[in-house]
Amino acid sequence: MNTPFRAHGHGHVDRDTTLSFTFDGITHTGHPGDTLASALLANGVHRVAGSIKYGRPRGVLAAGAEEPNALVQIEAPFPEPMLTATTVELYDGLVARGLSGQGRLSSRPDPARYDTMHAHCDLLVVGAGPAGLATTLAAARAGARVILIDELPRPGGSLLGGQELLDGAPATVWADGVVAELDAHADVQVLRRTTAFGHYDDGLVLALEKRTDHLGATAPAHISRQRVWRIRAKQVVYATGAYERPVAFDNNDRPGIMLAGSARTYLNRFGVLPGRRAVVFTTNDSAYPAALELADAGIRIAAVIDAREEVPEHWRAACHERGIGIRAGHVVTGTSGVERVTRAHVAAFGRGRLGERQGIGCDLLLVSGGWNPAVALFSQARGALRYDTGIGAFVPAHALDGVRTAGSASGTFTLAGALADGVDAARRALSAIGRTCRTTALPSPAPLPDAAPAHVLWRVPSPQDDQDGAKQFVDLQRDALVSDVLRATGAGLRSVEHVKRYTTIGTAHDQGRTSGVMTSGIVAEALGVDVADLGTTRSRPPALPVAFAALAGRNRGELFDPIRVTALHPWHVEHGARFEDVGQWKRPWYYPRADETMDEAVLRECRAARTGVAMMDGSTLGKINVQGPDAGVLLDRLYTNMMSTLKVGRIRYGVMCGVDGMAIDDGTVIRVAEREFLLTTTTGNAAKVLAWMEEWLQTEWPDLRVHLTSVTEHWVTIPLVGPRSRDVLALVAPGLDVGKDAFPFMSWRDATVAGVAARVCRISFSGELAYEINVPAWDGITVWKALHTAGGAFGITPYGTETMHVLRAEKAYPIIGQDTDGTVTPQDLGMSWVVSKKKPDFVGKRSFTRAENRRGDRKQLVGLLPADERVLLPEGAQIIATSEIPAPPVPMLGHITSSYRSDALRRTFALALVRSGTQRIGETLYVPLDGRTVPVTVTEPVLFDKEGTRRDG
Amino acid sequence: MQLIACPWCGEREENEFHYGGQAHVAYPQDPYALDDEQWAEYVFFRDNTKGPFAERWVHAAGCRRWFNALRDTVTHEFLAVYDVRAKHPPTTSAAPAAPRRKDQEASR
Repeated sequence: MNTPFRAHGHGHVDRDTTLSFTFDGITHTGHPGDTLASALLANGVHRVAGSIKYGRPRGVLAAGAEEPNALVQIEAPFPEPMLTATTVELYDGLVARGLSGQGRLSSRPDPARYDTMHAHCDLLVVGAGPAGLATTLAAARAGARVILIDELPRPGGSLLGGQELLDGAPATVWADGVVAELDAHADVQVLRRTTAFGHYDDGLVLALEKRTDHLGATAPAHISRQRVWRIRAKQVVYATGAYERPVAFDNNDRPGIMLAGSARTYLNRFGVLPGRRAVVFTTNDSAYPAALELADAGIRIAAVIDAREEVPEHWRAACHERGIGIRAGHVVTGTSGVERVTRAHVAAFGRGRLGERQGIGCDLLLVSGGWNPAVALFSQARGALRYDTGIGAFVPAHALDGVRTAGSASGTFTLAGALADGVDAARRALSAIGRTCRTTALPSPAPLPDAAPAHVLWRVPSPQDDQDGAKQFVDLQRDALVSDVLRATGAGLRSVEHVKRYTTIGTAHDQGRTSGVMTSGIVAEALGVDVADLGTTRSRPPALPVAFAALAGRNRGELFDPIRVTALHPWHVEHGARFEDVGQWKRPWYYPRADETMDEAVLRECRAARTGVAMMDGSTLGKINVQGPDAGVLLDRLYTNMMSTLKVGRIRYGVMCGVDGMAIDDGTVIRVAEREFLLTTTTGNAAKVLAWMEEWLQTEWPDLRVHLTSVTEHWVTIPLVGPRSRDVLALVAPGLDVGKDAFPFMSWRDATVAGVAARVCRISFSGELAYEINVPAWDGITVWKALHTAGGAFGITPYGTETMHVLRAEKAYPIIGQDTDGTVTPQDLGMSWVVSKKKPDFVGKRSFTRAENRRGDRKQLVGLLPADERVLLPEGAQIIATSEIPAPPVPMLGHITSSYRSDALRRTFALALVRSGTQRIGETLYVPLDGRTVPVTVTEPVLFDKEGTRRDG
Repeated sequence: MQLIACPWCGEREENEFHYGGQAHVAYPQDPYALDDEQWAEYVFFRDNTKGPFAERWVHAAGCRRWFNALRDTVTHEFLAVYDVRAKHPPTTSAAPAAPRRKDQEASR
């Protein structure tokens, strides 16, 4: 099928294949190799969207990533917002619509896969234009490990958009030959459709590879759609080219106004004529090849408006040959046409004054205000930029140790210069890592006449003095005007960084590629300073929009964070446990029966533990094995109480504090042998405690002969709890004397339990008679099932963390991190008994005597009983002294740290940290709740079996 | 993502490491000879140096070994890594002399 604006004999699109797509509800056709923008232009569609602030019609300004206007929303095959039509490769079945600034994310989950790649190389080359290809070729031939990345599906860069010859043949032939050679190198990787978006420390570059976007609905499900490459390069060469910049004039935003070089790209890369009758407005030589090539392809060039007084003779002659008139010393002052430009207003311009205006009819207005080297990534790498007055743009001031630019990115705009610069960059980069790079023979471009100097022109004065509301746009996507910039400088802003944030210029998806330098120029003019002194804004990653899905890669859903499960986990699942996340662990929370509520299940589980027998999976407790002749010394220095005197076979509870005297963890310590201890930590603190111990051991006491090993996963730990626990243990461990005196509290025995070698500890976290059976993880399920079976006759009940919490809270055993918050000492917890008075020193001891830590009005752990025994106070609730809430600021006495329903107490209760709590026992305080206050009685923290009569059964 | 040269493992990405604060702050010989203010100085106060700064680091997600480093807090550049037991940072050509002396004074 033919489309009205295709130029015969031009372009690299596949005319033999036709693709069908829909834009704004109308179906069009295009070809493989098209972008959405080129296909729209081929169909004569110029208006793409309305602008975000003023709703003005907008078209396609550019042909690549610098496009500020043509934002689209993809609707099918899968919705994706905020893409530029100039970078969306066309595929069959594409449905898109123009976007006015803001898109819409799909409400459906994205079915595509995303991934991350890691790569290392000697040299990373970004950009496969002439400079980048020359760099890569030279480095590849020198045997370096090179990665070349390029945003286009086909390497060649600017060569694809021009008609240059190399060694007498189209330059793209040379590019294809280079890529074929590179692809054959084992140590060279060429990544197509890949864009570098961030430069980080030590040569880390992140790039986004679009693998299947261009396949639309036919993308294979097993191939990731996009992946983020994390490339660690010893040397980086940015051969990222340059972006053409427009000139600001009245109504410079109409559809049909396009950058001259981009129009040239539409002709040469896509075989698209972006209009029928064009006016070309330029300040430099680069628009002439565009004008001539478009004229040769059939576009009528109504006039070339050159802001320079002098136009080089060869351009004059070439234009004359084609009947193109040139108006030197003229500018475009404005345009007519709403949906599409219909007329360019032209006037002589010299010494700051505009001459008489004249309209020239056109449907295409090409603009070139010069070229900005693409230095965003170099700038991200903290490369310094220098203003080049010749080209009116910022270029790298000097190469960094591992980062340099080549070709147009360095401000070298000729083809021969770019090629030579590319090879030079390779030589310098390899030399920096101690490798040599021989000269690579370069192809010769057709000789060009010397370039004439450009005229640096940021804006054309408005002939209307803004009387008809004419607007001069700087940032088309943000709808930011020259007048906005002047308002910023008028408000006293002097820095381009401040102007950027005041006007939002350069903050859209295009990151100011066409507007940034122009802004510096306009600000400098307004302030009467030199652009070189003013500078430009620092680029920051990402240089282009990257979907969160791509950044997340596989780290989503179940793979977002590791999930740790114990060896008994399948049993818990099978028996209907509800799980709770504790750090990365999944722990059984409670085991509801039939239609039990959580409250009902927990009360039943508590009752079983207090009246019969119950069991839980305690495997997640952190376990650290401590070995060495000085093991006891280390533990004495880190625990508040004495551990070195512990006898083999015995167990002691201990608390660790920071140097500030605040409790950081607690647990039990068992002495396995003379030179070996095993200690347990809170589930969530296991890694932290090990790191804490290692820190002291390695940095403060490296002379101590001790080794620390995490053995958390090695053991399955099963607390067996309740008055009947001894009966159950006796059944499964017939060889073990479980008598009260033979196996006393706080001791451990090696025994055979259910045929498995086990270590059984007599410790209790509930106040009940209890055992903790430790077996190698592999045998855990055998022992668990044996206990469950043996306990059947006693009604053994598996219980979860919620019941564990209720049982321990009834006994006021604190949970470090729940009942404490890093500001609580052992004394505040009512645990002075765990603080040794004999040891001369241990970590935290000196701080206990700080005046601040001895104040009587510190917050202390107490019990709270709500007057209404059915009211469950929320954890975290504040506590006040009066039944009426006083006017703010309300004096807070403390907060609830734990709150539960107790089966044993037949009521609700709570633990709380309360100012001067131990002196308030018996007092009534109040907890604001749902607009009223709940009276509570302060009690001793231990609420159940204060005398400890139950632990021996 | 900066690379940090672990003395045991070589260069690794920074997210494998944890920062351990100022180096050469020894646990006081006799904490009970210090008044509350002097003790608080040890517990709560550290230098906030601009420029080369002696710090402790641990290769937490690697070999779990602690080491000391001299790092420029302005550029983040690691000027040297050295033994955690060393009494003072090594002399490096990269570190200007004056701030380093200041660091050593600051380290008690």
